[in-house]
Amino acid sequence: MIEEPSNFTERSFRALADQGLQAALAGLPGGLVKQRSMAKARLPEFEAMRVVARDIRDHTIANLDAYLDVFAERAMAAGSHVHWARDGLEARAIILEICKAAGARLVTKGKSMVSEEIALNDHLVAAGIEVVETDLGEYIVQLRGERPSHIIAPAIHLTEPQVEAEFRRKHAHLPIDRRFADAADLVAEARAVLREKFLAADVGITGANFLVAETGSVVLVTNEGNGDLTAQLPRVHIALASIDKVVPTLEDTAALLRVLARSGTGQDITAYTSYLTGPRHQRDPDGPLASHIVILDNGRSNLLASEFRDALRCIRCGACMNHCPVYNAIGGHAYGGVYAGPIGAVLTPAFSGIAAAHDLPSASTLCGRCEDVCPVKIPLPKLLRRWREAGFAAGATPSRRRLALWAWAYVAKRPKLYRVVTRLAVAALSALGGTRGAFGYLPFAGAWTRSRDFPAPPGRTFQQLFAEQLRRVTR
Amino acid sequence: MLPRVGLFVTCLVDLVRPSVGFAAVRLLEAAGCEVEVPLQTCCGQPAYNAGDRANARDIARRTIATFRTYDYVVAPSGSCAAMLRLHYPSLFAGEGAAEGEAKAFAERVYELTVFLADVRGVRQTGAHFAGRVAYHDACSGLHELGIGAAPRRLLGAVEGIELAEISDGQACCGFGGLFSVSYPQISTAIVDKKVAAVRATGASVLTSADLGCLMNIAGRLQRLGCAIECRHVAELLAGTLDDPPIGEVNRTDHLTGHLTGQSN
Repeated sequence: MIEEPSNFTERSFRALADQGLQAALAGLPGGLVKQRSMAKARLPEFEAMRVVARDIRDHTIANLDAYLDVFAERAMAAGSHVHWARDGLEARAIILEICKAAGARLVTKGKSMVSEEIALNDHLVAAGIEVVETDLGEYIVQLRGERPSHIIAPAIHLTEPQVEAEFRRKHAHLPIDRRFADAADLVAEARAVLREKFLAADVGITGANFLVAETGSVVLVTNEGNGDLTAQLPRVHIALASIDKVVPTLEDTAALLRVLARSGTGQDITAYTSYLTGPRHQRDPDGPLASHIVILDNGRSNLLASEFRDALRCIRCGACMNHCPVYNAIGGHAYGGVYAGPIGAVLTPAFSGIAAAHDLPSASTLCGRCEDVCPVKIPLPKLLRRWREAGFAAGATPSRRRLALWAWAYVAKRPKLYRVVTRLAVAALSALGGTRGAFGYLPFAGAWTRSRDFPAPPGRTFQQLFAEQLRRVTR
Repeated sequence: MLPRVGLFVTCLVDLVRPSVGFAAVRLLEAAGCEVEVPLQTCCGQPAYNAGDRANARDIARRTIATFRTYDYVVAPSGSCAAMLRLHYPSLFAGEGAAEGEAKAFAERVYELTVFLADVRGVRQTGAHFAGRVAYHDACSGLHELGIGAAPRRLLGAVEGIELAEISDGQACCGFGGLFSVSYPQISTAIVDKKVAAVRATGASVLTSADLGCLMNIAGRLQRLGCAIECRHVAELLAGTLDDPPIGEVNRTDHLTGHLTGQSN
């Protein structure tokens, strides 16, 4: 189901021509972007909190092995089963085994990008298990047979009418003449459908926002409460988390949650924040009878030892995509892979290899806004540029671009040659331009002039004109 | 003794818009500097951003050597200034003497409006301009160098000017150097949003401290038949408006200033 990242350009064309997608994306600047900026303005220490959050993540990543060991020890002491998975294959096998042992026929799922990474749903469905996504956005994309297009807003690529149409198609058992006046009606219908699933599920699978080493807890934040219903109602709860999710203390989670919600949605705090510590204890009125935590590496140890290590700081808020001009233009699906936007353009080449994914780091203006809004200060432009270097070294750069660059660099390294070549080029362009102020078409620059005029240069370079002026003055 | 400034004119200004270079010289001289223009090429950013580190380093070494003797190196571009100031040192990170040299060079590099306002303490440049002007924050300058206050302060002091803010002003215009020709469709979709935001300001002139952004936005405005004029901030601040706006022909139909001797 996951598309190859290698067809980026083609997918970006489709995205630009998709009017529904464009209408949906048009809501981003006035939505999540504005909400974040208002939340930031309400919290004077926001910038200082980003530094604290970055330092917590850096410290944890530098001591990842130690904190993971402590976490596993304490989680087991709290009654959870801890499983280690090197890759998606292992994680899927572990999870299917747990489901089978529990005699599971219906699995509810909270939102989990890591489960997308390992294509978990397909695997469980192939084994005859019904899997229902319970996050509203995830539920919608599941109905449509799509992937989430955003880390925290999986159905952000859709408009309300599209969701309504999908509900009418898939909820065929409901009265045909029911009315959808607004988003609240859509939510109400999804809630009614999902409530049955929550109550009937045998196993609940969620992701984890954080794993707390201090207490062995899984931290889960949602705005719909679906995470809690998924984790608490079924007999068995499985939390799937990647190794980078661990943090040292409860206090650290507080610091990270403050910047996570504000950066992602502009909320001061997410609506539901749960600390899940082991299965139902003796005096608990509810909770799962068994709690499993599957900790997945899936290439992250390699990142840890690489120059892309800072990407492991990511707490999955989605701010980098909300503020990215390219994401705003083409949405998440065009990126291919699991993660979209700037962080996706850093992570996907690590997972799929730079040869297949070289377009992702290249398709960025390097404007730097992502780094400005990242709650843990990941230097995304720097990491994108590093992938470009890796791609260039591996010969992934298209040959035309490579040739043009080589020619330009050859000239730029030789000032005297530059002087001659630029004088000739500018004079020729100027002659070609005649009395025009700009070109509507230029040979070899069609990529520019297809949509934009190109200003006609005035015939001589600045350095030439300046030297002439100097000669006149000193004569 | 006057501080000696080496003007890093940038290759775009050198080739496409010499009037910006002359405006920069005028502004720097008025701010009490002795200005020189040593033979120079490009900052190397196209190579650097394309992942061609070897060529970027070669170009950086040459640029550093060219400007070794100046008290300051000033560029009429936040993007090129950021390349010189932030990225040159990173190109030689961990290389002892070469890194030290790049850092010493970087400390003397400034973007033009920041140099004028913050280093030379210029409050106003004495220019006049009657009209509503929108200032576009170029991304490298804004996000990498934190430029925003200096150009607005200087523009605000231009007599007769009415400054307009562009909504969602931190949004990129979609230029991105080679990005604009490597992914032209995406670039165009992005600049279309910027064009709409600029039009919504009701300004008759758009200005910015980076020629790349201006060429991109002006080129799209012209293609769409929109009459908003685009000028580099140096031209407005220096009051040198003899040249037609970017990409346009001189409406008064007479060439003046340094453009008179058109080669023929």
